Amino acid sequence: MSDTPFLEVKHLTQRFGGLQALTDINVDLKKGEIAGLIGPNGAGKTTVFNLVSGFYVPTEGDIFFKGKRISGLKPHVIASMQIGRTFQNIRLWSDMTVLDNICISQQYRLCYGVLAPFFHTKKYKAEEKKIHDEAWALLEKFNLADKALDYPRNLPYGVQRRVEIARALSLNPDLLMLDEPAAGLSTSDLAELISYIRWIHEKFGVTIWMIEHQMEVIMTLCDTIQVVNFGKEIARGTPEEIQKNPEVIKAYLGNGEID
Amino acid sequence: MTDKSKKFLVPGISAAFMVVIVILAQLDILNNYYQTILMTICINVIMSASLNVVNGYMGEFSCGHGGFMAVGAYVSSMLSLILFCPGNSITGKALLPPESAIFLFPLVIIIGGLASMVVSLLVAIPSFKTRDDYLAIITIAMNFIITTSLNNIKVAGESRGLMGMKSALSRMSDVIDLPWILIWGMIFAAFAILAIHRLMTSTLGKGISAVRYDEISAEIMSVNTNKMKLIAFTFSSGLAGIAGGLFAHMLGFINPASFGIMKSTESLVMVYLGGMGSLSGSVLSAFIFTIMLELLRPAQILKWVIIPLMLILIMQFRPEGIMGQRELPDVFPKLKKLFSVNPDLVRHSAGEGKGGRS
Repeated sequence: MSDTPFLEVKHLTQRFGGLQALTDINVDLKKGEIAGLIGPNGAGKTTVFNLVSGFYVPTEGDIFFKGKRISGLKPHVIASMQIGRTFQNIRLWSDMTVLDNICISQQYRLCYGVLAPFFHTKKYKAEEKKIHDEAWALLEKFNLADKALDYPRNLPYGVQRRVEIARALSLNPDLLMLDEPAAGLSTSDLAELISYIRWIHEKFGVTIWMIEHQMEVIMTLCDTIQVVNFGKEIARGTPEEIQKNPEVIKAYLGNGEID
Repeated sequence: MTDKSKKFLVPGISAAFMVVIVILAQLDILNNYYQTILMTICINVIMSASLNVVNGYMGEFSCGHGGFMAVGAYVSSMLSLILFCPGNSITGKALLPPESAIFLFPLVIIIGGLASMVVSLLVAIPSFKTRDDYLAIITIAMNFIITTSLNNIKVAGESRGLMGMKSALSRMSDVIDLPWILIWGMIFAAFAILAIHRLMTSTLGKGISAVRYDEISAEIMSVNTNKMKLIAFTFSSGLAGIAGGLFAHMLGFINPASFGIMKSTESLVMVYLGGMGSLSGSVLSAFIFTIMLELLRPAQILKWVIIPLMLILIMQFRPEGIMGQRELPDVFPKLKKLFSVNPDLVRHSAGEGKGGRS
């Protein structure tokens, strides 16, 4: 088991028509780490996430998760292989209750047939109960149980973020991909977010891979960081190495060019 | 009242209501005219509630519901002619003793529904890749394909249509004298409502609503959106087929022209009048719409000015429809007492982390 790499992205290239979004991206995540993916705006970070979660089929290259090739699979199949993710702009089902949000994302574990809901079979009842129990337990852990029957659109932004992360965790993931979890949070909330992500990492034993612009968050949390710019990897290493890397500094501070 | 007894309260009231109507019909207090109106209400309830699954819950825009109704109507009529009606226009003799209709009639209607389900794949499969306006155009095209095909199929009577299905019903009344079509209409309508309610409150069915709010995040969150679309379209069309079968047997005469865009529009109007994604809304609007059509009958052709005008006013001042997205118990909280509480919706583990994740 230790031999098979956890998440392996090999020579990933993505073209959208004439636009070369990614060129030869390689990723190698180890189980249990917190990894960061950073880069200036438009560097292609979210495209990497979208490719891994199956949203696009890569033009070239392969993606392996726990030794299985996942590139080309449908997003819902990849999700049921226990990869959870959040979105840069929160994408909850805002007109369904928080509880429903958490329950629906457990569809991967539904085994009752299409006709079961009509007849309320024993199996149906047992599975619905299990899904709801899991959902309640998860919400309790996130201190969201009192919000369970609220609609996300009525909740404050920070709480919506937490619900979205909880929803991603309801997939029971091994890999949790967070796309800019700090977006829209004030700087005073960052410390809270950092301890929060750490808590998730320990409590749920997930490998976390995140995109973030807040260097404070990335530098404190991540074991390894990968930097992309214009769809190409420019650096990889520990936070200390990245901070000193001249390429990275150039990409972020510019070299007389407009970013 | 205990939860156990509550479970039977609503079905009990509905059953009692049906029995009262049947008795009234038997005693001729409800004459044929009122029975026909009741029957039309039942059919419209099935049509609007089933279209709501696609247009309301799933958020797609299907305007070919009349086409699916046609498939159900034609298949069940032809079956009923072949099986129970001696001297019919297709085979000339009945395959089964006409009296057996009393047992087989619901089956014939259900087979019509199944046939519509199969035809609905014509729309469901394109819906995997297409959505919104483009899918709406596909549904309209499908409605035309169905009516035009029926216009040209010889066994289906071409543009003259089919007639004589009603004799199956009179055979049934010969055996036991009851208003059979009304009874089956009410039963099918009740079961349609129950089935939609059960599907849409299950975790599986809620996936259909997830597609409406955000298809991409649904797919990322392990919801098989193609399967959801397939379920929604086939289920909705199947019910439309059942409504079609009842419609054909109520009138005793069908032709392709009765299932054109006009019929589809009628169902659309009911869905939008009642509220998208509200089951009680579409049931309510089916009642209101049917009764309104009847009341405006003296206005003759003018009613097709008055009704669209009302629709414009509703869209202007209450675009979410009568009920919006709410159900009756949300509007009248007292009704909640009639229903048993779903234990899954109640927080039951007080301590932190109880239950745990596997």
